[in-house]
Amino acid sequence: MLATLKKYGWSCLAMATFLLLLILLPTQLLGDKTSILILIGIYSMVTVGLCLLMGYTGQVSLGQAAFFGTGAYFSAILSTRYDVNPWLAMLIAAVATGIFAYLIGYPIFRLRGNYLAMATLGLGIIVWILFRELSQYTGGPDGLGGIPNFSIGGFVFDNNLKRYFLVWFFCVCALLIAQNIVRSRTGRALKAIHGSEAAAESVGINITQFKVKIFVLGAVYASLAGSLYAHHLHHIGPSSFDFMASVVVITMAAVGGLASIWGAVFGAATITYISQDALAELGRSQPRLADLDVVLYGLILMLVMIFMPKGLFVTLRDSIDSWRRKRSQKGVVA
Amino acid sequence: MTTEVFVQSLVSGLTQGCIYALIGLGFTIIFSVTGIINFAQGEFVMLGGMLSYFLAKSAGLSVFPALIVSIVIAMLIGAVLYLTAIRTARKASVVSLIIITIGAAIFIRGVAGELWGADPVAPPYFTGDGSISVLGASIQYQALWIVGVTLAVSIVLHLFFSYTMIGKALKASAMNRTAAGLVGVNTRTMSLIAFTLAAALGALGGVVIAPLSLTSYNVGAMLGLKGFVASSIGGFRSHILTILGGIALGVMESVTIALNWGPFRSNYKEAIALVVLLLVLLIRSRKLSEEERAS
Amino acid sequence: MRKWFCLLLAVVILAAAIPLTGCSKSESEEPYKIGALFAVTGGNAPLGEPEKQTIDMMVKKINDNGGINGHPVEVITYNYESDAAKCATYAEKLITEDKVVAIIGPTGTGDSLAIVDACRDAEIPLISCAAGVSIVTPTATNDKHWIFTTPQLSVMVIQKLYAYLLTQSITKIAILTDTNGFGVDGKNNLKAQAATYGITITAEQTYGGSDADMLTQLTLIKNSSPQAVVCWGTSPGPAIVARNMTTLGMTNIPLFGSHGIAFQSFITAAGASANGVIFPCGKLPIVDSLPASDPQKDLLTTYRDEFNERYGNGTANTFGGHAYDALSIVVAALENAVDETPKDINSSDDTLQTVRGKIRDYVETKVNSTGFAETGGFPGTAGVFNMSAENHNGLAMSCLVMVKIVGGKWTLVAE
Repeated sequence: MLATLKKYGWSCLAMATFLLLLILLPTQLLGDKTSILILIGIYSMVTVGLCLLMGYTGQVSLGQAAFFGTGAYFSAILSTRYDVNPWLAMLIAAVATGIFAYLIGYPIFRLRGNYLAMATLGLGIIVWILFRELSQYTGGPDGLGGIPNFSIGGFVFDNNLKRYFLVWFFCVCALLIAQNIVRSRTGRALKAIHGSEAAAESVGINITQFKVKIFVLGAVYASLAGSLYAHHLHHIGPSSFDFMASVVVITMAAVGGLASIWGAVFGAATITYISQDALAELGRSQPRLADLDVVLYGLILMLVMIFMPKGLFVTLRDSIDSWRRKRSQKGVVA
Repeated sequence: MTTEVFVQSLVSGLTQGCIYALIGLGFTIIFSVTGIINFAQGEFVMLGGMLSYFLAKSAGLSVFPALIVSIVIAMLIGAVLYLTAIRTARKASVVSLIIITIGAAIFIRGVAGELWGADPVAPPYFTGDGSISVLGASIQYQALWIVGVTLAVSIVLHLFFSYTMIGKALKASAMNRTAAGLVGVNTRTMSLIAFTLAAALGALGGVVIAPLSLTSYNVGAMLGLKGFVASSIGGFRSHILTILGGIALGVMESVTIALNWGPFRSNYKEAIALVVLLLVLLIRSRKLSEEERAS
Repeated sequence: MRKWFCLLLAVVILAAAIPLTGCSKSESEEPYKIGALFAVTGGNAPLGEPEKQTIDMMVKKINDNGGINGHPVEVITYNYESDAAKCATYAEKLITEDKVVAIIGPTGTGDSLAIVDACRDAEIPLISCAAGVSIVTPTATNDKHWIFTTPQLSVMVIQKLYAYLLTQSITKIAILTDTNGFGVDGKNNLKAQAATYGITITAEQTYGGSDADMLTQLTLIKNSSPQAVVCWGTSPGPAIVARNMTTLGMTNIPLFGSHGIAFQSFITAAGASANGVIFPCGKLPIVDSLPASDPQKDLLTTYRDEFNERYGNGTANTFGGHAYDALSIVVAALENAVDETPKDINSSDDTLQTVRGKIRDYVETKVNSTGFAETGGFPGTAGVFNMSAENHNGLAMSCLVMVKIVGGKWTLVAE
């Protein structure tokens, strides 16, 4: 009883700290970096779905950026060309993306082997080409601009601070739902059996249904994130949703730590901060290194994965866990 | 669509497809032996082309010596990549290793950009810029080289894997690592050889296509991607299917251009080709899984 | 143990990223801060790299010569890697964190469009180096009051080309364009302007950035019997197109390129097939043929020679020139219209806003024949600028010439 309380106690404390940090960051601590914090929130949503997929089903999606893109483009096109309310556009985008993911996921997941990787890869490229070529709708390679802000009644989300709270509201909800799935009967069972599908099926768990559910959830998360992205940047283009973008999402998932919800946030934060801020600042303060920004990024990526192969968050969490265990052991001995 | 256009598209498609096949083989070899998708494979192709150009230019090497030296350098880089990055990250999950190759690709690309700048370069043709005419279509000499090299590589690899000791050991590692280890194959050495071999193949591909398609520090990403598609058609395991898959991808892209009707145009060529390939994959894997269930 | 080592490593790397603050500078050493956004890597690198190199070269020259009104200048350049979203992030950084007085760049049209709204909201002047007319055309949501651009607009370049084609009695063309932003913009303008000039497009084909050959497209084009082929794209596509046309024996059909091939690397890559290719361009490639009375001649010769000396023979190109023009314009504004010192600007946001406004006003009202009467406007590498409230590009067709490649060299086509 005490053990359960302690376990959830830590969890609640961590959650409370996290929420406090969320409020303090843009207002007191890192006000200048609010736009980066918004991007971290958006990418965390995209990455969480992938973390779940890769961590619990062992499958890789190489086209997560496609779902991110459909969310962004649906929102952008509906709200600019057809004057649809941004909230409604976001909902339509999410539903459409979800259905799309289901139609692809269900046949693929019933098959054995690594076919999801190839299918999602192909999908990602096809969708990116459509973004680029259907220029009457999407604006072509130069993209689509003039995307309006979200608003509720008279309150318009017209500056970074307001959008920050909007984005993180969605992100926190997404994380909590994901955590719920992870702690669900199926999630725990899958983890306990170390992903052995045969064993899981033998205790009556429908693996395919679970996989598809996770895949669709990830797609919907990515779509919502895409809509938030469109209404934040006010201009989107196909280059943000190409194969490299899918690779960046996988990188964020792996760097944070797979099968870990908070790993997604960590990974998104690390990669976004390094690639969109830290290296630029380094280049400015050390002009000789300015030209090496790309090289340094590759190097950092390699070093992080070589020395922390389980990902930053998972390694950190495991270190804290083993430190706590050692401490309690000492207590027992003494 | 006239005969001339159709034949030209087949010829161009075959050339392009052989490029994809050569790159795809690199992915297949590394994956089958180590289970890793080597995202740096495209960069080896880039290195092959770039090195052959700059060696010819600054060291004054002629075509074939430059080719050999480029491939050797690429092999060394492949070996270094394996030894420093992959082997050091022992017990890392496959995903982590893949991310390491992603980091390596970005790193190599960045260094190449720093060293050689952004402008594309054109290494000299192997045997000049002439072409032969077949049924109204033009086949450049360099294109013949590309197809010839691909054919030669396929045959040599087949012989290597079937008849040499190392080749058979590699094949065994690819089929079942644990079992191979049990009969005395040093799987770590096999992984090293796989990386080095894949780097060599990539560089060879790069050297032979660069005179035709020009090259710059940036070409690795797109070429790697298409080679990856070719390899996935082969299930990342079958060499022959990788080659056929690459050629199929190239030919389908090219024929789409030739059709010149509706969505079947140059700007949609990758999309059309992928749709076809995905459908084929879906049908084929359905049959495979039905067979699996039956057995 | 190893894990703590890597945590330490991570902290060290991150710490290195934080700029060394706290070095106090004396009043005369605080620089004017201008922001710059270039695609130094990625798809647009052949354009963005020379732009950055030009800025580096110019900043050194300005500071060596005493700076602007005695104050040094710092151009904070961010490489957004040809990614429009990253461009937006860095633009925000320049505006709010680095507090620059103006922004130069970005390299591409899509990238520029991604930040026009942010510049409008921040009320900071943007001097873009991209050629899409949509950048400076007012829309319902953005009147482009703060947005300017220095290259010759692509619509004007195509008009120049079409006007030349008519003088050669060429009315039927086939177009072959890249699928990237540059190529699509070209294609749209080629199609939109065709009717006005009585030009018929017999075939329309595209190619991708990584294609090995365009033989199929060219065969289709050949079968449509055009009088000329117009290829619109940046390297390496047009070089491959030129070589393929030779392979297919299409030597009786002239090839026209875009200003995107105004690089030495096109001539080197296309080899003998480059000869005979004609393209519209700014005056830089043929500066030696200009008469001494041309107001751009000295400026262009100096720029070309200094760039070649610093970065290698034959590397100077028109795209670096766009960055040269953008920075020159901002520097002129600072020299002539701004009395606030950098210290004033860096210490007060109000002063910063005032200065941004002053620069914008100067560019719109004085970067023209009113401010620069003897030369009939502000001389730059792309042309002589005459900015006004209605025209935030300021260049006229006369700044363009037709260039033909003969014997591996650029020659001026007499018109």
